[in-house]
Amino acid sequence: MSVLLIAEHNNKEVRPFTYNAITAASQINEDLHVLVLGHKADDVAKSLSEVPNVKKVIHVDNEIYENYIAENYTAAITKHAENYSHIVSSANTFGKNLMPRIAALLDTSQVSDIIKVISEDTFLRPIYAGNAFATVKSNDKKKCVTIRPTSFDPADKSGGSAEITKSDPAEASSSTKFLKKEEVKSDRPELGTARIVISGGRGMQNGENFKLISDIADKLNAAIGASRAAVDAGYITNDHQVGQTGKVVVPDLYIAVGISGAIQHLAGMKESKIIVAINKDGEAPIFSVADYGLEADLFEALPQFLSELNKLNTIQK
Amino acid sequence: MKILVAVKRVIDYNVQIRVKEDGSGVVTDNVKMSTNPPDDNAIEEAVKIKEAGKAKEIVAITIGEEKAQETVRKALAVGADRGIHVKVDSVIEPLAVSKILKKIVEKENPDLVFMGKQAIDDDCNQTGQMLAALLNWPQATFASKIEVKNNALEVTREIDEGLETIEVNVPAIVTCDLRLNEPRYASLPNIMKAKKKPIEQINASDLGVDINPRIEQIKVEEPPKRKAGIKVASVEELVQKLKNEAKVI
Repeated sequence: MSVLLIAEHNNKEVRPFTYNAITAASQINEDLHVLVLGHKADDVAKSLSEVPNVKKVIHVDNEIYENYIAENYTAAITKHAENYSHIVSSANTFGKNLMPRIAALLDTSQVSDIIKVISEDTFLRPIYAGNAFATVKSNDKKKCVTIRPTSFDPADKSGGSAEITKSDPAEASSSTKFLKKEEVKSDRPELGTARIVISGGRGMQNGENFKLISDIADKLNAAIGASRAAVDAGYITNDHQVGQTGKVVVPDLYIAVGISGAIQHLAGMKESKIIVAINKDGEAPIFSVADYGLEADLFEALPQFLSELNKLNTIQK
Repeated sequence: MKILVAVKRVIDYNVQIRVKEDGSGVVTDNVKMSTNPPDDNAIEEAVKIKEAGKAKEIVAITIGEEKAQETVRKALAVGADRGIHVKVDSVIEPLAVSKILKKIVEKENPDLVFMGKQAIDDDCNQTGQMLAALLNWPQATFASKIEVKNNALEVTREIDEGLETIEVNVPAIVTCDLRLNEPRYASLPNIMKAKKKPIEQINASDLGVDINPRIEQIKVEEPPKRKAGIKVASVEELVQKLKNEAKVI
């Protein structure tokens, strides 16, 4: 049977992790259908129909799907579920909020946050903040799976021409109301998909000092991350948090500044290709995962780092 | 209002996890255990709501082996009024946990159910949403701020893009983020008092719920280890290495 992927989007554009989830979903079964629940999201449905891995797009247009109200989404998804062996989505806050609600109604035990598809019923997933990997086999007839997006490459975005079918909305929930979304707008690359991430921790001492980090981020076209300690202390907003309960990032280059490297932070970044640690405590655990460690006072090292970068003739973007 | 708070006993967040050599799981013998961290936030929030005069009773519940009671006892010491311990001897999946919780909700009739957004052992992040589905209640997940209104909650949720605020009618399920509040420590007198608060024991097998696993754990292994890196002596050396050796800038 086919796989149904739930698309994440903002009614205008497909959110990038949907493409990573498409790659994983088509490894489960090539007959991949994508469900777009949205309001005036025709462009989203069209974009997804052009993804070569996608065989069919089901588009449900209604104002009740303008925001991600899990209750409304779930009612629409379970209506379509009987035709599918797998329901999948990305394991970010979108999918984490939504998928268990679907799974419970289908009486299926969800497999969360997979990092590898071994077969159509067997998956690899991290547990204990990534300190162990579990191979698990789902024995449920219908499977609900969320996908760690950074563990799969994004699917090609063009060349396909899947059919788009329209479908009717399900009932709306009267007990949940969307009030507002405070989105942090930035010209920088998204944290989850950036090629370079530079993160600050408690060692930054205050929010103003993050300017030292943003100057370098500007130079490297990097996204800005943070440890939980820095977010808790109010130095920076929660959407920057990297770690077990924040975002998982796998950039080509991760620069950890003033971050000691608690297990919970390592869980969110230790798969990065190259890791740099800048910390004045030479015993900090972050050095155990760093390819290049610099034991130095960050308030001296960061301005120097910027001036060394300025000396380079070219910087990869 | 009555608030039911679910707490789970997990390996303490500071413990370095060791995988068993036979691949059957992780080492739990002689390992420090404690309450799942965001479950502490759930208890704290319930206590704060009660202190503000907006809740009358807090019931803490845990599901697990005999020792799981410690987490309920801790909740009682920081302000829960009574406890429930549903005994199971094996590890059960979030779907089974939510089915058990549903039975307890039907018996206790709370207005709100709070719990942590995720357990730091299996990292599933499922139980609250599943319970909400089974009860057909609204859900407010990853809460970093809760405002109690008339028969409703205004909840600020941490999402990838930033923050989202929703309003859910009571009864509702809330899963708590670590930033919701600062959990208090129990004082010694309150720990002593908590010993006298009642904990009702229920056998999961008496609840008529199917808790058999649906997912087979085939093996648990260590993640691949990173190769040891080097220390560089200066910023200049670092930039040169990144440019010429790692070729990432």
